Amino acid sequence: MQTVKLSFKIRGSDFVNAGEASSNTKKALSRIGLSPSVVKRAAIAMYEAELNAMIHADGGQADVEIFPDHVIISITDHGPGIPDVDLAMQAGWSTAPDIAREMGFGAGMGLPNIKKQADDLKIETKVGQGTTLTIKILFA
Amino acid sequence: MSIHHSVQLNRDLCVGCTNCIKRCPTEAIRVRNGKAKIADERCIDCGECIRACPHHAKSAVMEPFSALDQYTYTVALAAPSLYAQFGTPATRMMVLAALGNAGFDDVFEVAIGAEIFSRHASIWLHDALKKGKRPLISSACPVVVRLIQMKYPNLIDHLLPFDAPMEISARLAREKAREKTGLPDDQIGVFFISPCPAKRTAVANPISSDKSYVDGVIAMSEVYPLILARLEKLENSQVESFASRHLAGSSGVRWGYSGGEALSLNTERYLAVDGIHNVIAILEEVENERLKDIDFIEANSCTGGCIGGPLTVANRFSGKSRQRGYILAARDLAKKHPGAIYPAGQVHIEPWKKELEPNEALKLDKDIFKALQKYEQMEKITADLPGLDCGACGAPDCEALAEDIVRGEASETFCIFKLKERLRQVAAQMSELEQEMNRHLEEDEEDNIHEAGDAAQ
Repeated sequence: MQTVKLSFKIRGSDFVNAGEASSNTKKALSRIGLSPSVVKRAAIAMYEAELNAMIHADGGQADVEIFPDHVIISITDHGPGIPDVDLAMQAGWSTAPDIAREMGFGAGMGLPNIKKQADDLKIETKVGQGTTLTIKILFA
Repeated sequence: MSIHHSVQLNRDLCVGCTNCIKRCPTEAIRVRNGKAKIADERCIDCGECIRACPHHAKSAVMEPFSALDQYTYTVALAAPSLYAQFGTPATRMMVLAALGNAGFDDVFEVAIGAEIFSRHASIWLHDALKKGKRPLISSACPVVVRLIQMKYPNLIDHLLPFDAPMEISARLAREKAREKTGLPDDQIGVFFISPCPAKRTAVANPISSDKSYVDGVIAMSEVYPLILARLEKLENSQVESFASRHLAGSSGVRWGYSGGEALSLNTERYLAVDGIHNVIAILEEVENERLKDIDFIEANSCTGGCIGGPLTVANRFSGKSRQRGYILAARDLAKKHPGAIYPAGQVHIEPWKKELEPNEALKLDKDIFKALQKYEQMEKITADLPGLDCGACGAPDCEALAEDIVRGEASETFCIFKLKERLRQVAAQMSELEQEMNRHLEEDEEDNIHEAGDAAQ
């Protein structure tokens, strides 16, 4: 089956270029001609996940695979992991450092917002080893 | 969707350089056979190419002054940015009188339409905020509206759904002319004196109605010398005749520059962005829901707002300074003679009836399977191109060339580096062939010598 694969490096604590991977992905999705609402959901979910990796895990890797009827976005990092996923899923819960909060990031809306945008969200995490988020967004 | 554009190319002046292709925000221009070519479906008439072209090959095709001859009665619509073209001792009444003397039967201020727009927009905005929808985006700049249709269709329903001040004023001016003269509509010509080419495109292809109230759009730069010449010869009586007429208030006059519109919406949480590339950056943020603390976005394609339009004459910084003078004078007038200000509150306008359609010109293919294929191909070609984004191929960057190749509109050898590579390969093959040929010739010659020797023996 024809798919398009994109991958990006996410650099740690790089607030200046924050969101580059999701913005490039967004561009690709709209070029391919997906409906505007799908493009938007994918871009927002990926941006949040990308920022999590940038802020909490000193960066990581973003892999996108676009299928004819859905897109899979995986964000992998080798950061501290999430000790309590249920807690992290609660709106407003945040462990972001002050520098991130001062810049308007880290309001504790990241994971809940990803879940809101995604049709499916898988969180694989191990404390001390890292986290992989797999976001699935259906086109119809 | 076929659009009549006012930004056009003069082929004789175009030298096929890369200035315009690099600046176009929608990548609508390519150089082919040594001349620029604008793709109609992508052009949003922002005028960036007019500014970028050092050879003046890009221009705005506007109505000539002679278009007035077709009508029995003509009205000029003065944009707020028109005033800023003229410094002291000119006053607003003087500029309007001089504009009338330039050949119109009457003049009408677009600033009046602006005030009516703002009153409705303010109510609409606060209703939307109550429903949790934010930010709303101004629809007054036609370039921004077309940009949203093409690149940010998610934001179409964030636009303030009202016809621009030019249309509102045109409607009122037309009604007034009809009442005064009793003439039918087709004998009344309403002309907008415009700072930008996009307004003419907006008149030819109205954003959300079937027909514009405006009959023609004349470049501000064309009317400028006519007004200037008449300002010096104005008679007091002509200027005084405006004293008995309604004028726009200061809130309409300040629409001339970026930020002026937003001030009338009763919110401090607004953002005013100007310059098409800055507008794109902000719309990107809005679409990604990163500007949720903002109520209203005033976006102007031209740097500085309308006073920075490509068809203005005055420098936009001095223009802004002058505009402040006109705003102060309007405020003063309202204080001294409140009755002199147009009763904008009495005019009602309806929101758009038609929903705006997205423009899908940037899509690679309607079929998702083909689009995926094309995208992958595009990625491969881009990776193989030199990545210098030199523009020598006629596309703005390597990625755009890759896209053109995938769309079947260009080939890899448009890239001069690829062409050089190919030439080198072909040259190497040629020299190989030549050597082979020489070898054969030598062998033949030897055979001939042997044969000749044999024959001699």
